[in-house]
Amino acid sequence: MRHIISILLENESGALSRVANLFSARGYNIETLCVAPTQDPSLSRMTLVTNGTPEIIEQIVKQLNKLIEVVKLVDLTEGVHIERELMLAKIHAASPQQRTEVMRLIEIFRGHVIDVTESTYTVELTGPGDKLDGFMDAVGRDELLEITRTGITGIARGTKALRT
Amino acid sequence: MELTGAEIVIRALKEEGVDYVFGYPGGAILHVYDAIHAQNDIQHILVRHEQAATHAADGYARASGKPGVVLVTSGPGVTNAVTGIATAFMDSIPMVILSGQVPTKLIGNDAFQEVDSVGITRPCVKHNFLVKDVKELATTLKKAFYIASTGRPGPVLVDLPKDVTAAKTVFEYPHTIKMRSYNPTVKGHTGQIRKAVKLILKAERPIVYVGGGAILGEASKEVTELTRMLGYPVTNTLMGLGAYPATDPQFVGMLGMHGTYEANMCMHDCDVMIAIGARFDDRVTGNLEKFAPYARIVHIDIDPSSIAKNVQVEVPIVGSVANVLRAMISLIREEGSQPLKKEALARWWRQIEKWRAIDSLGYEQNNTLIKPQYVMEQLYKVTEGNAIVTSDVGQHQMWAAQYYHFDLPRRWINSGGLGTMGFGLPAAMGCKLACPDLDVACVTGEGSIQMMLQELSTMLQYQTPVKIVNLNNGYLGMVRQWQEFFYEKRYAMSYMDALPDFVKLAEAYGHVGMKIENPGDVEASLREAFAMKDRTVFLDFITDPEENVFPMIPAGGAHNEMLLAGRDAMRSTHEEGMVLV
Ligand SMILES: Cc1cc2nc3c(=O)[nH]c(=O)nc-3n(C[C@H](O)[C@H](O)[C@H](O)COP(=O)(O)OP(=O)(O)OC[C@H]3O[C@@H](n4cnc5c(N)ncnc54)[C@H](O)[C@@H]3O)c2cc1C
Ligand SMILES: Cc1ncc(C[n+]2csc(CCOP(=O)(O)OP(=O)(O)O)c2C)c(N)n1
Ligand SMILES: [Mg+2]
Repeated sequence: MRHIISILLENESGALSRVANLFSARGYNIETLCVAPTQDPSLSRMTLVTNGTPEIIEQIVKQLNKLIEVVKLVDLTEGVHIERELMLAKIHAASPQQRTEVMRLIEIFRGHVIDVTESTYTVELTGPGDKLDGFMDAVGRDELLEITRTGITGIARGTKALRT
Repeated sequence: MELTGAEIVIRALKEEGVDYVFGYPGGAILHVYDAIHAQNDIQHILVRHEQAATHAADGYARASGKPGVVLVTSGPGVTNAVTGIATAFMDSIPMVILSGQVPTKLIGNDAFQEVDSVGITRPCVKHNFLVKDVKELATTLKKAFYIASTGRPGPVLVDLPKDVTAAKTVFEYPHTIKMRSYNPTVKGHTGQIRKAVKLILKAERPIVYVGGGAILGEASKEVTELTRMLGYPVTNTLMGLGAYPATDPQFVGMLGMHGTYEANMCMHDCDVMIAIGARFDDRVTGNLEKFAPYARIVHIDIDPSSIAKNVQVEVPIVGSVANVLRAMISLIREEGSQPLKKEALARWWRQIEKWRAIDSLGYEQNNTLIKPQYVMEQLYKVTEGNAIVTSDVGQHQMWAAQYYHFDLPRRWINSGGLGTMGFGLPAAMGCKLACPDLDVACVTGEGSIQMMLQELSTMLQYQTPVKIVNLNNGYLGMVRQWQEFFYEKRYAMSYMDALPDFVKLAEAYGHVGMKIENPGDVEASLREAFAMKDRTVFLDFITDPEENVFPMIPAGGAHNEMLLAGRDAMRSTHEEGMVLV
C-alpha cells in the first residue's frame, strides 16, 4: 500500500543522504521525496511517499526513527490528511485551436499560466498527485514539452501538528 | 586558555576515561599524533594495519564493556578500517573512530588521500560526523561517545579535517548531553511487562532465548535470576554465550545453524518463547516459515526495529534487558506467583532430557588424527573455563562455541554478524589490554590467521601475551564443508596450499611456536603454553582435515531438520523428521 511519511529532521548536511541511503540499502522504494526547512530553521520537513506491505512500512518507520537526525515522524496515511504536489509544465500550443483547448484545460484543472510565448504556455498546477496525472493525460504526452513535479507534500487535517 | 583541536581531542578522550587508543598515523591526522606525543595518560597502540586497529578496539570493547577508540588517517587509513567498523556495527559494539581528513578547504577537490569518509562509512556506523568548526569539536566528541555507548551500541565515526585539529578554541567539555532526536527507551512498558509475565507463567513448553543484547546490556545476572526462578530451559545465541552459565543444568546449549539438538528442538516445539536481546537472525531461525510453529513470543529489545523484523511477536517490549527483567522479577516476587503448569513442565523437561541424551555434540575420538573438538575440550580443561576466548571465522569458531563452556559474559569474543576472518588475533590483543589478568586464547584456522598475521609484531611491541590455538586443517574448512554437502565435494579454492611454517613464523616475530601432531600431545602442549604467562605462543595443531561441524541446519531448513554427525545418531533421530546427510 501507498504511504505518505512526513518527517521532521535536523536541518544538517548529510541528513538527506542518510534517509536516501537507508532506502537503497534496505531495498525500500521511494516514489517521491520532498524536503525544505521549516519555520524553525534548525529543522527540515521531509515528505516521502513509499509503498510496501504493513510489515515493510513498520520497518521503514522504525528504521527512519533510528536515524539520529530524525526528530519525529508521522505516517500521514494513517489518518485524514491533505496531500499536494506542485507541477510546472511547458506545453506546446501553436495553432489557435490548440491555444484555446489548452487554456480550457488549464481552467478546468485550476492552473495558472506563468509564462507565454507564441508557441507555448507554461503552467503552474497544484493538487494531489492523481490530479496532476489527470492534467498530463488531458493535455497529451506529445504536447508536454517539459514537466517538473515537486513530489508529494502533506499535512494532517485537524488541530494536531507535527512539531517538537 | 585556548587549545588546538588536536589537544581538545586528547582532553575529550581523557574526560571519557579512555586508556587505550588503537591507531596508525598519516598526514591528515598528524596534529592529533603530536598531541598524543605530548602526554602520558592515554596509551596509543600502534597496529600494523588499520583493520587491526578496529578489531583490537572492538575486542577491547567486548571484553571491557567500554567503547573502543580508533585513530586513523584520511583516505586509505579510513578505507582499511571499514571492515572492522562494519564488524563492530553488525554486532552492536560501542566504538569511536577518529579519522583524519583533508583540510576543509580541500574537501571535494580530490585532494591527496581524500575519500568521503562519512559517505563510505555511513551504511556501517550507528552515526557519523564531519567536524567543520573547532568550536563544535568538544560537543561532537561527547555526542559520539554518548551515541556509541547508549541504546543499541554501535560504532560512531568523527571525521577531523586537518585545519580543524590545528585551529584553536577554548576547551569546555559538556558533562551531559541531551539530544532531541536521540532518546533510547530504557524502561519497558509496564502494561507489556505485566502481559508478558502472565503469558510466561502459563507456559507448558517454554524456552528462554538469550542473545548478545544481554551481554551488551550487562544483564546476565538478571537473565540468570529470572531463568532460575522460573526453572525454564535456556539457550544462547552465538553472541549470547556466557550470558547464562553454560555449565548450569538449565542450559540447553547454543541454538541455530550449529546449535545443539536439544536447543533447536526446544525452539521448534515450544509454546512460549522468551526472546531476550536477540534479533532472530537467519542463522538462528532457519526457515522462517517453519520457525517455532506453536510459539507465542515475548521479545525484549532496546531497538524497536529488531522487533517484528523477521518474526511477528505477541508481546513486544522495548527497553533494556536489565531494566525489563528486573521489573519482571519484582512483579513475580511481589505477587508471589510461580509457573502454573507444573505437570506439563515436568513432561517438557523429560522430553528435553531425551533430546539431550542424543548427545548431538558427541564425536569419535581418534588415536592418530587430532580432532578439533578434542583440542577445544582440552583448552577448556587447561584454562579451567576461565580464559577469554577470541575466535576467527570458520569451523574452528563453531567448535570453540560448542565445546568451550562459557559461564561468564564477555569471555567469548567473536564476529557473528559480519563473520570477519582476521578478527581473532587483533581482538585478542585488545582483550588482553582490557583484562591483563585473564588468560586470552585466540582460536583460529590457518586461513583466518593469515589475514591479520602482521599483528604478531604489535603483540610483541606491547607485550600482550596471547595463546594462539590454530586448528590447522589445511582447508578453508567451513567452505569445504559446504562444498562437501552442497556441491558434491567439488573443493573449489578451499584447499590452503603453500602454508607457512607457523612455528618459524612465530619465532621470527619473537614469539614461541609449537607444532602439535599427535592427539596425545594436545593437553601437555596447552599446559606448557599457558604456563608461559608472559609469552605469546602459537600452537599449530594439525587436525583432521575433513572433520565437519555438527549438528547443522542446512540453510532453509527448520529447527527439527538438523543434520547430525555419525550413523547412530542419525538412526536414533530418524523418527523426529531428521534429514539425513
Ligand atoms: C560461521 C558462522 C556461523 C554461525 N552460526 C550461528 C549459530 O549456529 N547460531 C547462532 O546463534 N548464531 C550463529 N552465527 C551468528 C549469527 O550470524 C548472528 O551474529 C547471531 O545469531 C546474532 O546473535 P543475537 O541474536 O544474539 O544478536 P546480536 O547481534 O548480539 O544483537 C543483539 C540484539 O540485542 C539488542 N540489544 C542490544 N543491547 C541491548 C540492551 N541493553 N537491552 C536490550 N536489547 C539490547 C540489539 O538491539 C539486538 O537486537 C554464526 C556466525 C558465523 C560467522
Ligand atoms: C574476510 C572473509 N572472507 C571470506 C569469508 C568466507 N569464509 C567463511 S569461513 C571461511 C574459511 C575459514 O578458514 P579457516 O580460517 O582455515 O577456518 P576453518 O573453517 O578451516 O576452521 C571462509 C573463507 C569470511 N568469513 N571472511
Ligand atoms: Mg582451516
